[in-house]
Formats: sequence, structure tokens, C-alpha cells
Amino acid sequence: MPKIKINDQEVNVENGITILQACESIGIEIPRFCYHEKLAIAGNCRMCLVEMEKSPKPIASCAMPVTDGMVITTNSPLVKKARNGVMEFLLINHPLDCPICDQGGECDLQDQAMSYGRDKNRFSENKRAVKDKNLGPLIKTVMTRCIHCTRCVRFAQDVAGVSELGATGRGEEMEIDTFIEKTISSELSGNIIDLCPVGALTSKPYAFEARSWELSKTETIDIHDALGSNIRVDTRGREVKRVLPRINEEINEEWISDKTRFAYDGLGCKRLDRPWVKKNNKLVESEWSDAFDVIAKKIQNTESNKIAAIVGDLADCESIFSLKKLFNIIGSPHTDCRQDGSVIDSSFRGSYIFNSEVCGIDKADFILLVGCDPRWEAPILNSRIRKRYLTGDLDVALIGSLPNRENGLTYPYSDLGSDPSVLNEIASGKHEITNKINSANFPMIIIGNSAVCRPDSSAIIFRIREISEKYNIVRGDWNGFNFMSSVASRVGALDLGFVPGQGGYDFNSIIENSENGNLDIVYLLGADEFSVDKLTNSFVIYQGHHGDIGARNADVILPGAAYTEKNATYVNLEGKVQRALKATFPPNEAREDWTIIRALSSVINSPLPFNNLVELRSLMENEHPIFSKIDLFQPQEWKEFGIDGAINKKSLGFSIRDFYMTNPITRASHTMGLCKNEYEKRIKSINS
Amino acid sequence: MLKDKDRIFTNLYGLQEWDIHGAEARGDWDNTKALIEMGSDKIIEIIKDSGLRGRGGAGFPTGLKWSFMPKESDGRPHYLVVNADEGEPGTCKDRDIMRNDPHKLLEGCLLAGFAMGAHVAYIYIRGEFINEARRLESAIISAQKNGYLGKNACGSGWDFNIYVHRGAGAYICGEETALIESLEGKKGQPRLKPPFPANMGLWGCPTTVNNVESIAVVPTILRRGSSWFSGLGRPKNSGTKVFCISGHVNSPCNVEEEMGIPLKELIERHAGGVRGGWDNLKAIIPGGSSVPMIPKSICDTVLMDFDSLSSVKSGLGTAAVIVMDKSTDLISSIARLSKFYMHESCGQCTPCREGTGWMWRVMKRLEKGDADLEEIDTLLDVASQVEGHTICAHGDASAWPIQGLIRHFRSEVEERIINFKKQDIESINNPKRAA
Repeated sequence: MPKIKINDQEVNVENGITILQACESIGIEIPRFCYHEKLAIAGNCRMCLVEMEKSPKPIASCAMPVTDGMVITTNSPLVKKARNGVMEFLLINHPLDCPICDQGGECDLQDQAMSYGRDKNRFSENKRAVKDKNLGPLIKTVMTRCIHCTRCVRFAQDVAGVSELGATGRGEEMEIDTFIEKTISSELSGNIIDLCPVGALTSKPYAFEARSWELSKTETIDIHDALGSNIRVDTRGREVKRVLPRINEEINEEWISDKTRFAYDGLGCKRLDRPWVKKNNKLVESEWSDAFDVIAKKIQNTESNKIAAIVGDLADCESIFSLKKLFNIIGSPHTDCRQDGSVIDSSFRGSYIFNSEVCGIDKADFILLVGCDPRWEAPILNSRIRKRYLTGDLDVALIGSLPNRENGLTYPYSDLGSDPSVLNEIASGKHEITNKINSANFPMIIIGNSAVCRPDSSAIIFRIREISEKYNIVRGDWNGFNFMSSVASRVGALDLGFVPGQGGYDFNSIIENSENGNLDIVYLLGADEFSVDKLTNSFVIYQGHHGDIGARNADVILPGAAYTEKNATYVNLEGKVQRALKATFPPNEAREDWTIIRALSSVINSPLPFNNLVELRSLMENEHPIFSKIDLFQPQEWKEFGIDGAINKKSLGFSIRDFYMTNPITRASHTMGLCKNEYEKRIKSINS
Repeated sequence: MLKDKDRIFTNLYGLQEWDIHGAEARGDWDNTKALIEMGSDKIIEIIKDSGLRGRGGAGFPTGLKWSFMPKESDGRPHYLVVNADEGEPGTCKDRDIMRNDPHKLLEGCLLAGFAMGAHVAYIYIRGEFINEARRLESAIISAQKNGYLGKNACGSGWDFNIYVHRGAGAYICGEETALIESLEGKKGQPRLKPPFPANMGLWGCPTTVNNVESIAVVPTILRRGSSWFSGLGRPKNSGTKVFCISGHVNSPCNVEEEMGIPLKELIERHAGGVRGGWDNLKAIIPGGSSVPMIPKSICDTVLMDFDSLSSVKSGLGTAAVIVMDKSTDLISSIARLSKFYMHESCGQCTPCREGTGWMWRVMKRLEKGDADLEEIDTLLDVASQVEGHTICAHGDASAWPIQGLIRHFRSEVEERIINFKKQDIESINNPKRAA
């Protein structure tokens, strides 16, 4: 450990860190613009200059690694003069339009100008003006404000993996631009808004909506994919104004996808804000009591095994648990949470979670993707793979196909074709990729949802388990068998056993039996991702927050709460139990979902045994102990699963065809619509 | 004065053939094998002992620079890169070397490359030097044909290839790390150091970047011995140097001279003296546009080498002597240089990107006198905020000319401001006369 001296204070610091990090470790703050912990070092803003003994010039502390015996001064007149100088240069061509700038209040330039700025302007020339750029529907640009820190360029290059941003021109004429005047084709592009230290890149949907100090901030969990990104929801009054990432090094580091960030405007559109009941074949607005009466009457007059329930993609664990309990009381085994028709086995937890953890990717040196498209199904997880790829020595192979888009994945991969029977060859050691698996220290397999939505899924899973065992992918110190769910509710629902009970119908049978008239009641808890037209022969109860596909054929609609409107539990793809907090209230008559089910249970005279969230959670934790460990990864003992059988040659696909339209919230979101249009325009221009 | 027998560039003026026959006649490629057989350690030692300092401007000891290269390859190839992106205003020495004596450079590449364990050298040549690039390329081909380059170069058992890469006209690409970036096909922007090129240079491999002249003198030093070279000039400033004399002299020229020659002697003997006589001299920029100018009083006595010039707060730089007689508008000249540095800033570092433009704009006004007297100090302060605060030396280069001007000719700048103000007041008082 090198020993260095900072401002006459001797410190032992870790090897390989920079002077800036060393200073931070003892609480000395170094101003900076271009430096960012998660990005490559550029060293170009020159704000972090410090004095180093024996160096005639001040040095950029962000880029200089510590060496033993260094003597650093951060508070000398020389350093102060250097920083004041840099600050002055940054400001001479900055428009100083803070009153009309959305970055105001959370602007690095503003903050640091308070400590390092001059009180007077010595620059009497004209300021530079720069033409704004079109970066698409998400990012608003005011390029005159740009201070050329190149954080956005480095993010696009390194993290997002699209080399579409760059600096054109030189000297004063240097501009940040997409080289050929096109918008950015990354699903992570919104992060450059957070990265921009000034107001050059701001959020288009949030433009002039609010000031940062007017917002109430709620730390919660995202549900647009199964990763469970940690987010902060900023609200003013009842309205969600924006969504920002929270740092969680183990899950999303400090990035979120554009869907997570920008789909929030869908929370204000197409909402179900009061109960609806079908009368004379027409849905009419109604009261809670009426709606419950209709349902109670229907349930009481129906045989219990003619009632089924389907849980959708965004449902929280509390409501799933309540619904499961209710169905136990009713006595119906027909419950399923897999509205994509997947047949993933719920009996063994290790078979449906991401056993290596997301941060395990940092360690992996071989990744086999089976029927999954991480870039759209879990964009942040994909960026983690790219991050791992950039550190070198990573091989990625893909069995399956990818959606039609500009660039496949954001790292090179060997394409093993989309025929899953290649797994047989790998299992028998005949395939050349086995050499790579064998030579890897931490090999990893990531299975996508599309691999388990087939008739031969259990054979595929069996084969992958066999491969995992044979090639030491699962062993004492490492579990490289990973299932990557693509929807937020899935792991939690499987944990809660929301699958068909003894003799129960699974999703496909529920649809089939409803079509045949064998099911009288189908209860949809936010299930929107399948064609509800097949349910016309049944009495459909839809509980959810958006008037989307699921509500279309409903006989009764019960208005629920969206993810920002309830205190709820979600289990992410790693099986980590995370708590979402209520940022705002559900609109009008809508209620938190578990309370609706609890109330309904009273109406049918079989009340559920809890009266508040605390009681519900303690019951849930009692019955399912994994829910008592919040935010913790719980490794699973390895067991046998899957069924040996033939794998057919039908090609493996991917789960998400349209990244911007995956759930009712995104379909209601204007911003997501714009993104979809932009995306389609780009695809068209490529194909033409 | 340098004796003819001590001259290295005997065809600097192109009076003889430049091609391989001419080069062989001048002694190039003469038993190069024997030089290589001395071994790399010995070669580096000789260059160290000779006291050769880099001829590109900074004057870093060449032998020392070579010794920073790893002795053994760790599997990565080593590269020698020759900086032929000669763009410093006033400088045209490398151009003449490549035009008239290209084989000196090629032989130097082989020897330097061998000494540093490189099998490949890249000559990054300024894009405007079309004929020079052609000559280099044809020289490489004939050297290959004669077995001097390529597999088993000169029969030494060492494989060596040289490639010419043409730049696209950016001054900043003459900075060694920007040159490497450009060579890699990227935008020419200087890299942060550390890591230094000797450790992580071209394509992440150990690389040494040397100026054309530094490399071209190597074969002669090895042939004639380090003591011959170090015996010329003054201690720590040894050897010969090609000076480029331009501006208000009677016969501008390139000339190879001993280091440490008095500036006055250099000009009077080789450039036919200052136009209108020595007393008509106003100031001289002694080392290419980026070094501070010195007034006549200093020019009278100063010696032309690294240490003498830095002791008078200027520098030898590329030894491009720009002579300005009394007819020169110094403020206007420096304003022009400021514009050049603004235009050529890569835009990466804040102080240089923003500061060069600011300085030029102030200089433009000072040229007319349309400024306040206090602005001179502001300008100096801005220059000091740029100087030393950037990744590469471009910031310094943009600040020094201005600092030199104000250091020595502040009264002239002030006078112009006062005159301008007077005219201003006159034109207000007597609008007719002014019109």
C-alpha cells in the first residue's frame, strides 16, 4: 500500500487508485466535471488540478495514479488559481441562462461556480453559440451550454456500446454531435441526461415541468423489466414528474433503461380510476359496492373449479399472495402467473432465478445466451456484460435469434444458430464451443424466457442442467446457471406458488377451457399480454391500473394501483426481495391491489386473515420465508430439475419484439410511442 | 563555425542526387550491419553519451528516451514512430532532410528501431509534404531492393520495415500522443500521460516517437562516435543542428551549424544579415512560433542552444529563427500567431479551448489599440491560466508568444492603446477632420 502525503496529512492508500480517489478517501473534495466513477478517464476539464511535489505544473488528479511517497497539495494558492482559471474559462462561453435551464438547482457548473467562480466577468467578447442537435424524443439539447466534458461520448461508447456520439470540430468549434445527424439508437440513452454536468442534455419530457427542489423524492423499485432497478421517483403533488436511477452497485450500478426512465407519463393516461360493471353488454361506471356485489353473486353461484385466475407482469407480491389465498378459500386450483405460456418449473427456486447474481457477470469469462436477448429483456444486465467484455477475455455465444434492429448486442458474440438441438452437441462434447466452456474459470449460461415457452422446454432445461453439471458451470463456489425472467412479477409469483394446484389448469388450458365454455369466471390480476378475445365465454374480472388489453373484455373492472402508488414487494430476477415505496396516490377510486382482494374476500364471506400490510407481510413471510430477507441474495442448493426428452429443431427466439411497448404503462405512454416511431423510422431507413 | 567535415546533412540543399546512389556516395548505408552488430545496449549508450537532445522542440535527451523502452518484449511488438509532421510556423528543416537526404532518415530508423527492439517504424509525415512523402516512399522501395530494409535488413538478421503515413494537416498531430491517436485512425487529440508511450503507445504497445532530425543524425553519430558529437557545441547542448532562418534577413535559409553559435553570427554569416543591417533589428523569435520573442538587446549576445535561450526566458524549440526588423508590427504578428493557435487547438482541455480564442480576440483589439490599459494585465493573467494547465504543450505554446511580446514590448502595446484613445477623442471633437 503506497503511503502518500496530502496537505501534510500522511495516508496509506490502496494501490492503483488515483490521486482524486485518494483525496476523497480522506474527505478532501476535488472539483471535477469530466471525471465520473463509472466512465473512462478523460482528464480534459482540468478542474481537478492539484499540486504535486517535483512537478512544475499542476496535475490532473483524476488521471494520475498514486505512487509511494507522493506529496500532494490541494489547497495551495497555485491550485486555487488553476481551478479559478478553469472555472472562468468554462463560464466565458457558457450562456449563464440558469433561470431558464432545467439543470438549475442540480447543476455541477452552478454548484462549483459558487466555490471557484470569480465575482466579476473579465470577458468582454461575444459568447459562442452552438446549434442544438436532434438526439430523438428523449433528450433535449441546448448545446451552447455544453462544457465539452465528453461524459456523454464516453457513456455512449463504453456503457451503451453505440459509437454514435462524438466530438466534431476542434478548438472552439468542437461540438458534441451524432456524426451523421441521427438520433441515438440506444435503450440506455437517458443516462446521459444524468451524466451531463450542465444543462446541455436534459430530459425532453421533463422540460420546464418542475424545479428539482420542488419535488418530493421517493426511493423505490422499477418494474419495467425483471431486473428491479433501484429508482427514485420524483413527484409534485399527485403527478410523477420524473424517474431517476439510484445507485445499487449489485443491480443497476447507476444506470436505468429509457423505458424505466421515461414511461412514467403512461401513469397519467388511460387509467382505470373507478370500478366498471358490464350492464346490457356495456361497461358502465359504478361503485365499489356494486362491483363487489356482482362479483360475489357470480362467485357464489359458480362451482369452484370453474373459476381461474391469471396474474400479469406487473403484479406485486402482496396482491399475488392475497389472490392465491382467496383462491385457496374459494377452492380453485386454476391459477397461473405465466401469461406468456411458459412452463418454467416453480418447484425448484434455483431453476428460475439468476443464480450468479447480476454482479457475478463481472467475474464470468464465458457466457452462453440461450434464447435470450439481454439487450431488450434486461438492458442494464446487458450493459454489465458489455462492461465485462471491455475488461477483456470474455467470450459470448448465442443460441437463438435477435430482433430486427440496428446492432445486435453491444459486444461481439459467436452465433451458434437458433436451433436449440445444438445443446445436445454441447452436452455430448461434440461442439467446438465446449473447448471454450472447458477453459473458462467462471462459465455462465443465461436462459431467456423464450426457451421455456415451448413444448420441449423441460427437455431444453434438462439439457442445460446437464451441461451445467458436466462442465463445472455449477459447482461449490460458483453457480453459472441463470434464468433471466423478463417481467417483474414472475420470480415473486413463482416463489409464492402462483401456479396451477393439484389438477389445476395452466395458462394455456385456462384459455382453452374458457373458450370451450368450461370456465365460468376468469380473474385477471393485471394480465394484459395475451389475446383476451378468447375469454368471451367467461365472466372476466379485471383488476389493474390501465384500460389496456386485459380490460377490453372484462365484465367487472376493479381499479388498482400502479407501481408508484403502492407500498409493495417485488422479487427481481436474481430472487432478491425488494420493497417499493408509495410515491403518490392511486387516482380517484383506485385502491392498492391487495386491499381490493381483501375487501372482496369479505364480500364473499370468507375474509382473508389480515387487516393491514404488516399482518399480510408477516403471514407471507411465515409461509414463504424467503420474503423475510429484504435486498439479500439467497443462494440455492442445487437439485435436479427438467425432464430428459427430445429437443425439436424449431428455432429459438426472444421475448421482446418491441422494446418500447411491453406493458400497459408503456402502451399508455406518449413518450414511449415517440420512441417506437423513432425506432421504426430508423429500421425503415436501414432496410431501404 | 561548423567545419565542412563535421557536417551531417551534406546534401541539405539538394545539390547532389537524393536517391540511393547519391546516398551511398555520401556514406549512407555503409556497412550498417556493423553498426547493428554493436548491439542495442551499445547503441543506446553511444546516443546517451553523445548528448543528443530531441530536435523536435522539447529537447529531451534522445538516448534517455530510448532507454525507457522495455528491454525485453512482453509479447507486444515495439514501435518506432518518426514525427515528420513538421508544422511549427517558421520551421522547415525536416522537410529538407526528407527531400534531399531521405536515406539518412531511413538508416536512422533501422538503427534506432533495432536499438529499441522494434521491427516496424512509421513515419508520420505532414499531409502537405506531398513530394517529400513520395521521395520517402521511393527511397524505402529502393532500400528494400538493395536489402537495406525488409527481411534481414542489411544482412544483420534483423527484420525491419518502414511505413509512411500521411497526416491530414492538423498541427496538433505533431504532438507525440496526438500523433499516435491519429496514426491509429482516431481524431488527433493528445493523450493523458501516464501511461507514457514507451509503456503504452501505438495500439497499446511500447512506442517511441522521435523527430526526423533526431533520427537522421543517429547513423552519423554511431559511425563517428559519441565524443565527436558531444565535442561540438557546449556541454548538455552538444552536436550540430539545422537552423531555419526566415523573416527579415537578406537570404533566408536552412543551415546546419554547431549548437551554441551566437545568434548574431548565425544570421550575419548564413542569412546575409538582417535587412537594413543589424541595427535595424527589432526582435527575433528564436525557436519557431511557439517560443517567446527576444528583443535586439538579447539577440546581440545570446547563444543558440537549449540552455542559453531558456535562461533568457525563450527556447530553442525547433531552431526556427524568425527575424523581425523595425518595420514589423509586432502586435499584429503575435495576434496572427494567436489566431493560429486558436485554430489548431484540439478542443479537448478547457483552458486551451476557451483561452486561445479569448487571447486572440483580445490581441485583435490590441492590434488596433481598442482596449483598456488594464486589459494587458488581464491578457497576461489569462495566458498564465492557460499555460501549464493542459494535457499537452499546446496551451503553453499559445501563451508564450503573448507573454514574450508583453514582457519586452509592453510600452509599444500601451502606446497603441493611448493613441487609439486619442484618435477616438479627436474624432468625437472634430468629426469632420476625422472623416
